[in-house]
Amino acid sequence: MKPQHPNLRRVRARGALVILGVLTLVLLASFFRSQVVRGTAWALQSESNRLRVMPVPAPRGTIFDRYGEIISDNVPSYSLSLFPAPVDSIAESLHRLQPHLALSDERVEELIGSFLSNRRFPLLVKSNLNESEVAAMAELRPEFPGAFLETRPRRRYIHGPALGHVLGYVGEVSQQELESPRFEGYERGMILGKDGLERQYEELLQGAQGIRYVEVDALGRVVGSFEGHSAAPTIPGEDIHLHLDLGLQNYIHEIFPDSMRGAVVALDPDDGGILALYSAPSYDPTDFVGGISRQRWEELNTDPDEPLFNRAVMGLYPPASTWKLATAAIAMDLGVLDPGEVMPVPCTGSFQFQNVRRRCWNPNGHGYQDLAGAVAQSCNVYFYQVGVRIGLERLVHEGTRFGFGEPCGVDLPREQSGRFPESMDFWQRTWGYRAAENEVLSLAIGQGPNDQTPLKMAQFYLALALGEGAPAPRLRRPVPGEEPGPAWSLDLGPEHVAELQRSLREVTASGTANLSTLEHWDLIGKTGTAQHRDLTRDPHAWFAGMAGPFGGAPEIVIVVIVEEGDSGSSVAAPIAAKAADFHLRRKYGMELDSIQTLREHLEAGVPAPWAWERQSARNAPAPEAPDDDEGGTESVPEGVREP
Amino acid sequence: MSWFRRWAGDPVLVGLALLLSLFGVAMIYSAGVLNVPSPVVGGAWRRQLVWLALSLVAFTVVTRIRVRWIEWGAVPAYLVAVVLLAAVLVIGTGAGPAESVGRWIQVGPLRFQPSEFAKIAAILGVAWLLSTREAPPAGIRDVIAPSALLGVLLGLVVLQPDLGTALAFVGILFAVLYWAGTPTLHLFFLASPGLALVLSFSTVVWSVYFVALVLTVYLSRYRLYLVESTGVILANLAAGTIAMPVWSSLAEYQRNRLLVFLDPAMDPRGAGWNLIQSKVAIGSGGLTGKGFTQGTQKRLDFLPEQHTDFIFSVIGEELGFLGAALAILLFAALLYRLVQLAEKVDDPFAGLVLFGIFGAWIVHIFINIGMTVGIVPITGIPLPFVSYGGTFLLTCWVMTGLAVRMSQEE
Repeated sequence: MKPQHPNLRRVRARGALVILGVLTLVLLASFFRSQVVRGTAWALQSESNRLRVMPVPAPRGTIFDRYGEIISDNVPSYSLSLFPAPVDSIAESLHRLQPHLALSDERVEELIGSFLSNRRFPLLVKSNLNESEVAAMAELRPEFPGAFLETRPRRRYIHGPALGHVLGYVGEVSQQELESPRFEGYERGMILGKDGLERQYEELLQGAQGIRYVEVDALGRVVGSFEGHSAAPTIPGEDIHLHLDLGLQNYIHEIFPDSMRGAVVALDPDDGGILALYSAPSYDPTDFVGGISRQRWEELNTDPDEPLFNRAVMGLYPPASTWKLATAAIAMDLGVLDPGEVMPVPCTGSFQFQNVRRRCWNPNGHGYQDLAGAVAQSCNVYFYQVGVRIGLERLVHEGTRFGFGEPCGVDLPREQSGRFPESMDFWQRTWGYRAAENEVLSLAIGQGPNDQTPLKMAQFYLALALGEGAPAPRLRRPVPGEEPGPAWSLDLGPEHVAELQRSLREVTASGTANLSTLEHWDLIGKTGTAQHRDLTRDPHAWFAGMAGPFGGAPEIVIVVIVEEGDSGSSVAAPIAAKAADFHLRRKYGMELDSIQTLREHLEAGVPAPWAWERQSARNAPAPEAPDDDEGGTESVPEGVREP
Repeated sequence: MSWFRRWAGDPVLVGLALLLSLFGVAMIYSAGVLNVPSPVVGGAWRRQLVWLALSLVAFTVVTRIRVRWIEWGAVPAYLVAVVLLAAVLVIGTGAGPAESVGRWIQVGPLRFQPSEFAKIAAILGVAWLLSTREAPPAGIRDVIAPSALLGVLLGLVVLQPDLGTALAFVGILFAVLYWAGTPTLHLFFLASPGLALVLSFSTVVWSVYFVALVLTVYLSRYRLYLVESTGVILANLAAGTIAMPVWSSLAEYQRNRLLVFLDPAMDPRGAGWNLIQSKVAIGSGGLTGKGFTQGTQKRLDFLPEQHTDFIFSVIGEELGFLGAALAILLFAALLYRLVQLAEKVDDPFAGLVLFGIFGAWIVHIFINIGMTVGIVPITGIPLPFVSYGGTFLLTCWVMTGLAVRMSQEE
C-alpha cells in the first residue's frame, strides 16, 4: 500500500481522537455520577455492606449483702447468635444448628417466631454453651457464616436456693414485656429480672445495652470491630447493697426443716432493713439462667408445695395468737385495759359471750390472768374479754387504722396486703350477713377475717420493738439522698409499749416459748397456732418476736411461720431463736455454736446454769406470776434446775 | 534524562506506560491488603514487579528490531498464533480465578496465555495484509480478507471461551480497517450483523433497525455491489434470527454476565455480585477516596478479582473520583499519543500496527473500566499495564515496544 495521504491521515486521526474523547468523557461522567453525585448513597451501602450491628449486653449490677459479701454477680459465658438474614436462611441455619446445639423442634419454631417479630437485631440462638458446644461451633464456623460466638455476662446466683425468693431470677424478655410501657426500649434477646429483687430493681440492675459495630467480610465472617461509628457504650448495671445478712439467710435455709413449708423474716430494728427473708420450699434461681428447661419449669409449677410462691410476702395466714398483742395495744390505747388488771372471768377452758361459747386452747383453763400472764400462756379467754371491752366496731376501726389491711411497701414485687375488715360493711359485702357482736371474739385472738403475711407481722413486731411505729421493711439499703419508705405509725404510748414488751418477755421466760430461750440474748416474742383452713390438717405454727443483748434494745425482729407445723412453741420458736442467736453472735463477733436454745442444751446434755439463774432471779424479787406452773409440758423441767 | 529518551525512543508513550505499570504494582499491592489475608493476592505485587522487569527487557529488545524484520515475521507469527490457539483448546489449563476455562499453556514451569501473543500476531498479520494492498479498502469485498484473518483467531478464542480477548480482536480489526481508509459506512456495514445480534432481543427494535439498514444500503452514496448489499442484509437477517440459538449455546456464566448487565439486582449474591460490589466500592470512594490500602469493600473481600479484572474498583474506592479520573486521563493520554504517532509515520505498515495497538488497548481500557462502573457488561478483560497478570503485562510492553519502533520508521 502506498503511504496514505497526510490529509487522510489527519482526518482519520481526528476521527479516532473524537472517539477517544467521547469515550473518555463517558467514563469520567460515569465516575463523577457514581462517586460524587451519588457517592453518599453508595457510601452508605458500603457501610451497611460490611457493618453488622451487634448488641453488647451490659453486665447486671452485683448484689451485695450488708457485710459486702457478694450474693449475685456475673460470669462470662458463651452464646451463639445469628445475624439478621432472610427468614428462610435463618430457618435453614437453625435446622442445621439443631443437632450441634441440642435444640428441640419447638425451640427452633420459637426462635423463628421470635426472629420474625424483630428482624433488625441478631437472633440469640443459645446462651451458656458448654465446652463441647463451643468447640463444635468454633470448628463449624465456616459452615455457618451468619453465626457468631460471643461471650456475654451470665448471671450467677452463688447461694442457690437460700436466696431464691429474695433475688428472683432472670430470663429473656418476653413478647408481652416488650410491649409493656415499663420495658420500653428493651430489645429482643435481652435478659431481664423476672421476679424478686431482679424484677424490683430491674431498671437499676440492667444498665444499658451497648451497640457495637463489627465488620464482616463477603462471607459474613466477623473480622473485627469497627471504630468509625459512634457505637453506643455499654453502661454496666448499678450495684445494689442490701440490708440482708447473707450468713443469716444461709443459716435459716440450713435450719429450716426440710420438707416443711413456711417463711422466715428477720428485720433490723435500726432501720427496718430486712436481715433475712426466706420462704420454704425455695428454688434455685440458677435453674433459670440461660433459659429454664421445660421439664424443670413444669416441676416447679406442678409441685404441690409451690416452691415459686414467696410465702414471706405473698402468703396470707391467720396471725392467731401473735395478733393478741395488737388486741392488747388497741385496748390500752382506748383506755379499756390496765395491764396489771386481772380479768374478771377466769379461764376455765372456755368463755360464753352472748349466744356463743368459745374455747381456750387449754381445756383445763388458765385461771385468773393479767396481761403478762395471758400473753405468756396465750390465754384466749383473757383476750375474748379484752375484745368484748373494745367492741367489734372499734376493733375493726382501730385494726384498720393500725394498717392491717395494707401492704408493708417492701421492695419486692407482688407483695400481698393483709386482709382485715376495713369497716362493718365487710361481713355484709363478703358473706352477705351483718356482723354480730360476737365476731369480736375471733378477731381478738387473731382469727376470723384477718390474714397477714409473715412480713406484715414482722413489721408489727418491729413497731413493738421500736415503740411507736416502724419503717417499711426494705431489702436494699437506701443510697444517700434517697427518701426512706413511708413509716408505719402505730401511735402507741411508750408506757404501753413497755408493758407489751414485758408481756412478751414472759412468753420465753416462763411461757409457751420457754425452751427456746438463749444463753446470751434476751429473746422475747409470741407463739401462735393458726387454724388451717382445712380443719382436718395440722395448724400453722407461728413465732413472732425480737432479740438483743440483755438490758438493751432489741437488735433483731424475727417472725417464723411453719405451715402445718402444729405448735408455734416447739417448731417455730426454735427456728427464730437459733436464727436470732446466729445473727447476734456474728454481729458481736462471738463464736458460733450449734447448741443454742435451752431445749438443745437439754437434749445434748449440756449444762445450762444461766437458765436456772435467770429463773431464780425472776422468782426471788417478784414472785408475781402464779401461773408459772401452768406452762405445762412447755415449762422448764424440774431436773435442770439443779446443775 | 537523555538516557531515558534514548532507551525509550518515545519518552511520552513509554513514560506513560511506565507510570501506569508502577501505579498498577502499587494498586496490586493495595489489593492484597485484606483483613483476612490471602497468600495468592498478598504476594501478587512482587510477582508483578518481576514481570515488569521482564517486560522492560522485552520492550528494549523489541525497540531494537528492524521494522522490516517485524514485517517479515508477521505471517509466521500469525500462523504460530493460530497453532497455539488451536493447541490451547486441546491442552489448555485453567488458573487463578478462571480455573474452569483453559486459557493457559504450560511449558515446564512456564505458563502463558497464547491469546495474549495472538493479539500481537493479529495486529501484525492484519497490518501486513492491508499494507500489501495497492489502495485503501473501497468496498465490502476488500474487508473480507482481513476480517477472515482475524475471524480465525477470534473464532478460536471464542471457543475457549474468552469473550474479552475476542472483543480485543474486534477492536484491532476495526481500528486497522479504519486507519487503512475504509469508508466509515462500510465499517458500519461490517459491524451491522453484530448490532443486529444485540438488537434482536427485541423484535420491534430489530425490525425498525433492519428497515433503516436496508434503506441505507440502497440509498447511500457509496453504491454497493449487489452481492455486497445482499450479503450485508442476509448477515443482518441471520444475526437477527439466529440470536436466540446462539444465546442458548452460551455458557451459563456468560449468559449470566449479560443478564446481570441488564439487571444487576437480579441475584445480588450470585451473578450480580461482582457488578454490585464494584459499584458500591467505587461509589463509596467519593471524591477523594478512602485512602491507599484503606478500601473497606476490598479489605473485606467484597470485591471479586480485585487484583486482576476489578483493579479499577480498588482505584475508585481508595483514590476516589480524583484518582480514578487521573487514571482515566493517563490512559486517554496514552491512546492519544498512539494516534499522534500514527499520524506522523508515513510507512503504511507502521501506521497500521500503531492503530492495531490503539484498537486493542481502547477496547481493553474502556471495557474494563466501563464494566467496573456498570456501563458495559462484565467481560473478563484486564486493564492494560495495571491489572495483575504476567503474560498480559509482557504483551502490553511488547506492544509498547512495537509502537515505539514503528513510530521511528521513516
